[in-house]
Amino acid sequence: MSLLDVKNLRVEFPTRRGTLVALDDVSFSIAPGEILGVVGESGAGKSMTGAAIIGLLEPPGRIAGGEIRLDGKRIDNLPYEEMRRIRGRQIGAIFQDPLTTLNPLYTIGRQLAETMTTHLPIGPGEARERAIGWLELVGIPAARERIDSYPHEFSGGMRQRVVIALALCAEPRLIVADEPTTALDVSIQAQVIALLKSLAREKGTAMMLVTHDMGVIAETADRVAVMYAGRIVEIGPVREVVKHANHPYAQGLMGSIPPLDRRVDRLQQIDGAMPRLSAIPPGCAYNPRCPQAFDRCRVQRPELMPAGATDAACWLHAP
Amino acid sequence: MLAFIISRLLQALPVMFTVSLISFAMFAYVGDPVAIMLGQDYTVAQRDALVRELGLDQPFFVQFGTFLGNAVQGEFGLSYRLSRPVSDLILERAPATLELAFTAAILALAVGVPMGVYTGLYRNSWLSRFFLTFSLIGVSLPTFLIGILLILTFSVWLGWLPSFGRGDVVQLGWWSTGFLTWSGLKALILPSITLGLFQLTLIMRLVRSEMMEVLRTDYIKFARARGLPNRAIHFGHALKNTLVPVITIAGLQLGGIIAFAIVTETVFQWPGMGLLFIQSVGAADIPIMAAYLMLIALVFVTINLVVDLLYYAVDPRLRIGRGGH
Ligand SMILES: Nc1ncnc2c1ncn2[C@@H]1O[C@H](COP(=O)(O)OP(=O)(O)O)[C@@H](O)[C@H]1O
Ligand code: SF4
Ligand SMILES: [Mg+2]
Repeated sequence: MSLLDVKNLRVEFPTRRGTLVALDDVSFSIAPGEILGVVGESGAGKSMTGAAIIGLLEPPGRIAGGEIRLDGKRIDNLPYEEMRRIRGRQIGAIFQDPLTTLNPLYTIGRQLAETMTTHLPIGPGEARERAIGWLELVGIPAARERIDSYPHEFSGGMRQRVVIALALCAEPRLIVADEPTTALDVSIQAQVIALLKSLAREKGTAMMLVTHDMGVIAETADRVAVMYAGRIVEIGPVREVVKHANHPYAQGLMGSIPPLDRRVDRLQQIDGAMPRLSAIPPGCAYNPRCPQAFDRCRVQRPELMPAGATDAACWLHAP
Repeated sequence: MLAFIISRLLQALPVMFTVSLISFAMFAYVGDPVAIMLGQDYTVAQRDALVRELGLDQPFFVQFGTFLGNAVQGEFGLSYRLSRPVSDLILERAPATLELAFTAAILALAVGVPMGVYTGLYRNSWLSRFFLTFSLIGVSLPTFLIGILLILTFSVWLGWLPSFGRGDVVQLGWWSTGFLTWSGLKALILPSITLGLFQLTLIMRLVRSEMMEVLRTDYIKFARARGLPNRAIHFGHALKNTLVPVITIAGLQLGGIIAFAIVTETVFQWPGMGLLFIQSVGAADIPIMAAYLMLIALVFVTINLVVDLLYYAVDPRLRIGRGGH
């Protein structure tokens, strides 16, 4: 059975000029210990999906339809307090910018310890010992001496390691990592991703890994979901999507992916821009940019359908 | 730490020097002390003798040096009006003002900070709206009017609280305190509300806007993503970050409370330094005015130092990485 099940998720933003649909009909699942990569242009709805899963959509954004299940139990409609107990304990989160995710006025040891004492049946002394253990595990040198340091005393890369320790320290079963290396120096991105991957594998933690870096996806993920304009347009095993993408947008993204041992930092440019939420075209949202668009694409919206070894939302694969 | 304090003290010196210069200039050039002290009839010989005695025939810098030397020892000469040493008069009046200012400051902080936190957290509740409306009144009504309205309500109509004076005071050495008697405490209520209300609303609005700002930061979102309870997030993580900028403004405001107790003391005939100052202005009693001016400057300088030290204690980023500064 899958650990996380997202079904027909729809997220809306009521605004004065009408309701914007930020996510529509998003469905995917993550198995225990599995790493799902999520890619797509900026504004595609990747962060929004993560926020919906951890129950921290920013008002007025709200889940307007569908459901999210963790271990078969619905978590999208829980009262705040019940969902709070799940955050950190069952689902950990890693944000993009380590320079702003840590409270500047608390020592890293205190932030680790408070996370553990909140969720685990341990006292402050035990929490402190475990905090040192976590810092060692994520590769902070001289952890015992540095546990009482403040965030500003660490470099960006070291801070992201601390953030990883914070996300993992209550031993959640799922991590939502939203572009965990985008804000880091290029030279340390690979180390941090490698750390994240090895920890996830070691602890059996499943992960939703949002990133711009196709090389990271290719090396880290088990499966990949490609998002466009608030929907998943293709999802499948990483090798299939990278090598034999079936959706024209995904093909465009992957077009530049060289053999797996070479790294490409940015998504390849595709002509045109993703539509704004207020102006999503009818039919397939990609049709104005799609080189293979035909009549049906402009009137009828494609759902995910089996296409080769993956699922793609594209009429080219209609049965 | 010690170096930090010393450097701050050194920075305060030019400020105090400038204020002394102004005070002294007031002494030397506003009004004619000789004429005031001699009255209507005097001979030239009498006049010259007094000028010599007061040192007014000396060059400017010598006079200023003498003034400074005396000021450092708390010596400001005799009050023209009351013919008593200025230092005695001020020491006599200081406890009344300081107790009033202290009560007003505690009131402003103890009520203003929680109201600010509440309105920052629950922006749209009706109680928040009520607080905000109330704070507009506090900011826009002039102090003397608030005082008069309070007197009208609680002294004249309801007859609950006294409308003037300090009530009974207890003498502790040279310090006279109103904190130890029932009537002294009752007498403090209306003046301290009058004096503290403006600061209270200001602190509330400041805390509110800082709180709202902090709640939008990534580290608060991350604290929520870690599943910390709201209590820890709001009153730990958020409040502590809110207080960093609030400390400065609140500190300066508290200095203002002491400096601007004048109006409140006048409305309530509160026997403090402010009332003494106003009476001195009326009588052109320069020594008292000069001494008061310097005292207020000293209060501000001291509060600034305390604020810096608090900053230093709250924000670790100041402590490390600047070579012990
Ligand atoms: N507060 C908001 N109000 C309206 N639209 C929003 C808001 N926040 C984000 N959006 C929109 O939701 C869409 C998805 O954003 P996001 O999930 O952050 O994209 P990304 O894939 O880059 O992480 C974007 O089009 C963005 O403009
Ligand atoms: S449905 Fe049509 S427009 Fe959309 S991606 Fe497929 S071919 Fe292109
Ligand atoms: Mg994003």
